[in-house]
Amino acid sequence: MPDAKFKYVLRLADDQLILGQRLGEWCGHAPTLEEELALANIGLDLLGQARSLFTYAGEIEGKGRGEDELAFLRPEREYLNALLVEQPNGDFAVTIVRQFFHAAFMVPFWSAMAASSDETLSAIAAKSLKEVEYHLRHSSEWVIRLGDGTAESHRRTQDALEELWGYASELFEMDEVALEVQQSGIGVDAAALKPEWDATVNAVLERASLTRPADSWSQSGGRTGQHSEHLGHILSELQYMQRTYPGLSW
Amino acid sequence: MVSAAPSPALTKNAKAWKAAATVCDPEIPVLTIADLGVLRDVQVAETGEAVITITPTYSGCPAMLVMEADILGAMRDAGFDDVRVETVLSPAWTTDWLSDAGREKLRDYGIAPPVRASSSRQALFGKDSVDCPQCGSSNTERVSEFGSTSCKALYRCRACAEPFDYFKCL
Repeated sequence: MPDAKFKYVLRLADDQLILGQRLGEWCGHAPTLEEELALANIGLDLLGQARSLFTYAGEIEGKGRGEDELAFLRPEREYLNALLVEQPNGDFAVTIVRQFFHAAFMVPFWSAMAASSDETLSAIAAKSLKEVEYHLRHSSEWVIRLGDGTAESHRRTQDALEELWGYASELFEMDEVALEVQQSGIGVDAAALKPEWDATVNAVLERASLTRPADSWSQSGGRTGQHSEHLGHILSELQYMQRTYPGLSW
Repeated sequence: MVSAAPSPALTKNAKAWKAAATVCDPEIPVLTIADLGVLRDVQVAETGEAVITITPTYSGCPAMLVMEADILGAMRDAGFDDVRVETVLSPAWTTDWLSDAGREKLRDYGIAPPVRASSSRQALFGKDSVDCPQCGSSNTERVSEFGSTSCKALYRCRACAEPFDYFKCL
């Protein structure tokens, strides 16, 4: 059980960290100043959530690893984030659709996690829920604006939906680790959140006059450390300072 | 136990609270951490150790580290040498904890205070009706829900044409 719980919390931490890091890549490149601030702010929220989760994962593991060791000194195969969050930023539409898929999942996820019997996870969830509600509204409004905008913004957003669609299903997977933690009253039944996710996605896509992609393919593996070729590149940047100057601190 | 006079421990707590409550938010220097509701509890133990409990406004708020350092400094100045700052996440901070004095200070500083009673879950496309802190007009529009800090949104007044920050509901 401690091992399953450690992995479970680590998966959650990795999701928020990697997505936050991806958003950080937009610094200096966002289409407008307001959007630059928005993406950085959302990334900062995710980083804050990741820090709480890493600290807690380290406590569960009980081997003296803190947030920095877990974030900066684990190799790629030990990262357990979903494949969706490591996908490259692409154009603005890809970034927004990736965010939308994630936020539409995290709102019901944190909402359910707030009722966890684990006090720390319940506290992190209640805090994070307030933040991701803003993230969901932000990305939803952009999906609608882009889908309902020009022919080009519509095409790019539809392409982004097709490109990322098959990665969404991994968010709802319940493997042995997730089941064990859920059955102990601590974790969330992610599979049960699919109807709410579908409802959110369908409502926004309809307003955006975009087409929901067909479930023709899906890809997973991140939860067991099998990543796309993109994660290693993120980590090389994320971990550069600690790898080059071990033990460096501010 | 049944004494009308304040016990020495209580006075110590009150003194410690007063010292911690002088610390300001580094991003919004007109607000103290007490105005903000970030300061949750102050307890001085028999041993003299003062434990200051704070809670972040947002998970990733970078001002927390500065506040922590400032609290240690303020406590030292007030004669407390043995100080520990604890951060708690629960109950989650809400803009409802912002004091009335804090709301007025915000407005005077040019930041629109949060619209009350909307910290509960907002509708997917819900928008707050925010009054301009400069001219008081309600004819304002949201530019972005994300601003110069985690806790603020960007607005623009259609009446006086001034842009302004809005301390958004959480």
